[in-house]
Amino acid sequence: MKLNRVLLACVAALSVSAAVAGEVEVLHYWTSGGEAKSAAELKKIMAAKGHTWKDFAVAGGGGDNAMTVLKSRVVSGNPPSAAQIKGPAIQEWAQEGVLANLDGVAKDEKWDSLLPKVVADVMKYKGSYVAAPVNVHRVNWVWANPEVLKKAGVNAMPANYDEFFAAADKIKKAGFIAVAHGGQNWQDFTTFESVVLGVGGAKFYQDALVKLDGKAIDSATMRKSLETFRKIKGYTDAASPGRDWNLATAMVMQGKAGFQFMGDWAKGEFVAAGKKPGKDFLCAAAPGTANAYTFNVDSFAMFKLKDAGAQKAQNDLAAAIMSTDFQEVFNLNKGSIPVRLNMSMAKFDDCAKLSSKDFVDTAKTGGLVPSVAHGMAIAPATEGAIKDVVSQFWNDDKISVEDGVKRLVAAAKTN
Amino acid sequence: MKFLPQLEKHLPKLVVAPGLMLGFAFVYGFMIWNGILSISSSRMLPSYELVGLAQYAKLWEMDRWWVALKNLGIFGVGYVSGSMIIGVFLAILLDQKIRGEGFIRTVYLYPMALSFVVTGTVWKWMLNPSMGLEKLAHDWGWESFHFSWLVDNEMAIYCVVIAGIWQSAGFAMALFLAGLRGIDDSIIKAAQIDGASLPRIYWRIILPTLRPVFFSTLMVLSHLAIKSFDLIMALTAGGPGYATDVPATFMYAMSFTRGQIGLGAASATVMLMTVAALVVPYLYSELRSKPHEH
Repeated sequence: MKLNRVLLACVAALSVSAAVAGEVEVLHYWTSGGEAKSAAELKKIMAAKGHTWKDFAVAGGGGDNAMTVLKSRVVSGNPPSAAQIKGPAIQEWAQEGVLANLDGVAKDEKWDSLLPKVVADVMKYKGSYVAAPVNVHRVNWVWANPEVLKKAGVNAMPANYDEFFAAADKIKKAGFIAVAHGGQNWQDFTTFESVVLGVGGAKFYQDALVKLDGKAIDSATMRKSLETFRKIKGYTDAASPGRDWNLATAMVMQGKAGFQFMGDWAKGEFVAAGKKPGKDFLCAAAPGTANAYTFNVDSFAMFKLKDAGAQKAQNDLAAAIMSTDFQEVFNLNKGSIPVRLNMSMAKFDDCAKLSSKDFVDTAKTGGLVPSVAHGMAIAPATEGAIKDVVSQFWNDDKISVEDGVKRLVAAAKTN
Repeated sequence: MKFLPQLEKHLPKLVVAPGLMLGFAFVYGFMIWNGILSISSSRMLPSYELVGLAQYAKLWEMDRWWVALKNLGIFGVGYVSGSMIIGVFLAILLDQKIRGEGFIRTVYLYPMALSFVVTGTVWKWMLNPSMGLEKLAHDWGWESFHFSWLVDNEMAIYCVVIAGIWQSAGFAMALFLAGLRGIDDSIIKAAQIDGASLPRIYWRIILPTLRPVFFSTLMVLSHLAIKSFDLIMALTAGGPGYATDVPATFMYAMSFTRGQIGLGAASATVMLMTVAALVVPYLYSELRSKPHEH
């Protein structure tokens, strides 16, 4: 009898302490070098606040695997505190009624005045915050190895596709792989959307890839984009299908390849390997896209929880994510820029400063467009269908440009 | 005191009951649930708004589904026939009462002990043009050697066939060998006395008597082929593009990454029907022929 009471007391004590310092279980897919370092920062901040961090990392760059795991957890009624979800997918989850309302934290921390409207809108469902943004990635970058460029006799980063192909020819002739590429459908599309943006401009990009206007897709500009896209494939190596993006970045790093089309998480890889921007690697907007910006905002959606301690921890997590400390440290590691406006960029490198400046500028000019490859623009089903078409076109040289356009038009109608 | 005999009478049923109920719930229950989902409008999470056969109509219009079916055809035929032909051949060779048979038999059977994921990963490395066979041949000085099926849109599915055969040929061999050992020696001796050549004996007498073994091997291998998923995920992940997609990977992509559970459920139902079309006639003939034998 006595023993039972002791046990009960223990259980009570445990649950009380759990109510004060809660546990946050965070589902994320930051598993490569630069990314893992960034996630560790968040863990440190939460530990400093007295909460326990339960890491729930699911590998796979595009987050496909993570989403599968998340779905099974939510359907079984056991969601994590927070999960890395972004873009229109946030709205889809909110529609299912499983996301928590963050308006309390958002008001205390004045999120409305700290976030650009275009980003805040993505985080809200029916006017209430349901997710906390972490960073802004620019997707339309080209990365290069200056050693390789020098050996090949290329003097400057290419500003348009004529210059790009001239440079690529020289690199190929010098015995290097001109373009490091990983043949996975999101990487194919990362390259494709940069090409569309470079060939057609921001307005065309919006019409064709975001609004999915049939007329814009069935146009001469799209045909030219597809031709350019296919031409780039000729400069990649045969072993690219299935390669992970960070391995392609490593090829540039090790001087095996000249260029890579990739978002600025690639910079996180370079930096994690101790490389210096401007010296060991170069960054530039993808050819023809200097005045445009495809954004990819990572965010954490918060799930409805029952336990009060866990709810407290969840709110602290949301506040921590938006704090200046975290935004700075995290983004320095990850390669992206803070999503919070008016932050000091003093500690950031030149690539990030350029990104930050372009982000603010393009937000005014209308050159700021959401990335389709990274789930920021259209519903997952349509996005998947379009990615399928683009990947097939990339991999199968027998599909003509005309046929490619036809398939794109059909895929855009998927819902 | 009638309790004990009663218990004894019903004990077998009682012991079997939980397993049976679990089996019904998890196999047939989920089959029915899947069937319901396939006629619902489910997207990211299950919903029960019924839409009739709309998901099936959508499925059969999808280019990617047709690619998946075509690949299943190539893989199914290639994998099953390849494994069986090589299996029979190996079994016949091993049946010649050679030395070290036990050792050789184990070597051929070993791939079966590996999971398909291991097989897929190993073959991915071997067939990758920049680090596998092609590189090896180049390093040895055979510069013109060219083998890049794995990254070729049209040939990649045959890589899956090769890896699958490597995995399962030994298993087929073991089944056939067991069958061969069951054949009465006196039949062969009688045929030899009649002057039949060895190939003729095998072709005309031995292989026809192996008919039941052929059937069971066919059944085992073809259902493995239809539900194959891990091998493809590990070897090509459905790529390049979706060139090596099969119905199982298609179902996974639609249900879990594309947020189209209804469509995924429809494709799963089609797969179930395909397996049923193979298994049901077999079971029927098996179960029906039993009473005659007794």
